[in-house]
Amino acid sequence: MMKHRTLLATALLVAAASLQPLMADHDSGRTIGLTCFGCHGADGVSLGAVPSMKGMSEEHVRTAMTDFKSGKRSGTIMNRIAKGYTDDQIKALAKFVAGL
Amino acid sequence: MAKLNRRNFLKLAGGSTGLALTGCASSPTPKATKKAGPAKVVVVGGGFGGASAAKYLKKFDPSIQVTLIEYNKTFTTCPGSNWVLGGLRDIDSITHSYDALINKYGINVIHDWVSAIDVDGKNVRLASGSKVEYDRLILSPGIDFRYDTIEGYTANDVNMVPHAWKAGSQTTVLRNQIASMRDGGVFVIAPPPNPFRCPPGPYERVSLIANYFKKHKPKSKILILDAKPKFSKQKLFVKGWKDLYGYGTDKSMIEFVAAPDGKVSKVDVKSKTAYAGPLEEAVKADVLNVVPAQKAGELAHAAGLTDKSGWCPVNHHTWESKVAPFVHVIGDSAIQAPLPKSGYAANSEAKICAAAVASMLAGKDPEPHVPSWVNTCYSLVGPQYGISVAMVYNLTKEGKVGKVKGSGGLTPMDGNRQLEALYAENWLLNISNDTWADG
Repeated sequence: MMKHRTLLATALLVAAASLQPLMADHDSGRTIGLTCFGCHGADGVSLGAVPSMKGMSEEHVRTAMTDFKSGKRSGTIMNRIAKGYTDDQIKALAKFVAGL
Repeated sequence: MAKLNRRNFLKLAGGSTGLALTGCASSPTPKATKKAGPAKVVVVGGGFGGASAAKYLKKFDPSIQVTLIEYNKTFTTCPGSNWVLGGLRDIDSITHSYDALINKYGINVIHDWVSAIDVDGKNVRLASGSKVEYDRLILSPGIDFRYDTIEGYTANDVNMVPHAWKAGSQTTVLRNQIASMRDGGVFVIAPPPNPFRCPPGPYERVSLIANYFKKHKPKSKILILDAKPKFSKQKLFVKGWKDLYGYGTDKSMIEFVAAPDGKVSKVDVKSKTAYAGPLEEAVKADVLNVVPAQKAGELAHAAGLTDKSGWCPVNHHTWESKVAPFVHVIGDSAIQAPLPKSGYAANSEAKICAAAVASMLAGKDPEPHVPSWVNTCYSLVGPQYGISVAMVYNLTKEGKVGKVKGSGGLTPMDGNRQLEALYAENWLLNISNDTWADG
């Protein structure tokens, strides 16, 4: 059983940890981008067959999402997902992904 | 001033001199006013919702003291548990520890039961006797069962007649029963009425047990006695059962009986007999799997956070309870429709809730201003045969979760089943790592 006292130790530990605070960026790109991690992996790094988002350029994401949305490009699930976003949201998402 | 706690502040703010006293007149609302010292968030429940919320709180603002309270030392995911039942993989492969959340993220994990929540005092009492204070509390207590809905079935019967709808020891109990069943036996599953955790789950379970029977006990049968007239991804499952298990022919391994005829109202645990339909027709099983109707996790009921539906009403922007201030409810326990009760939805809700909580604790309006959610659920009909359902959700003008028109839907009938099976496996790895950070 952990003691409450560890709360303090935890706070100190965290202050020292090299976590990247995401607090600064509140745009819709982050909000949408975080929903992608469920399939594409934590922080955009996939552990298997689903492509990683990390490493994709802004242009690549924008083109891919736009083409999935229009049906120009066909995927298994991405056509269904891409139709959920406006062009502005896709732009914001692309910016977020490029910054991963 | 530094000693002024929020309770006192709220009392003061109600009076005419409140703002002058606090020196925080620029804050938009008293609720959002920042107080001195590190903010404390307690998260209860270490599943997809709770573990994700704890992790993302730390990502959004590492200065927040996050305590995660979960009784079990490890968490076995319901996603993938049907793969274990079908003998496709080991239960260890879907079991996660909290070590990475502790070591990589600095989350204080306490393995204990919550015995009471003091909403006014803003603290949580543990079975061990200790008390943990919070500025905001996030509950993700999952589901519990409405045993009163099936006569003769109680919480004491789950080792004879498992539900296996919370993964872990129940998964092993059912797996062992299936593995030791005679060839030529009958596996009967009674899926619950809506709403329930993992809508496609019972039918994936049927599929993968059929796959196991086909190889190892080919004379066996599977009977679905359903409390519903129809089910999730039905067309895709039915096509898969036709493609793989002879469904619809006289050699079909699977038989589906829809409500009202399929609705199980009574069970005799000793003889593994289910009584279904208006005439209570007796169906004798070799292995009986009853999944009762569901409600929010017991903790949510004990804390008085549920409404007459048995689930918790919440504000979908912040996931704050409509019953208790500073208490948020995410995941299966929340009233979240049209989001389904799924691990993916819980993970998605956790991120929005954590972002809102972090902003409010920093004395700002809840972020994001425009929330967005996704649900993606894969099911295996066979080891090389995957199907999916997906949807994008936003906040409607009425402030509720709504489907984004034109988005989402099911795998097309001519979709690539093999690729989706591959993605299903990778989906589980990735969402688990996004939640427990142990991949």
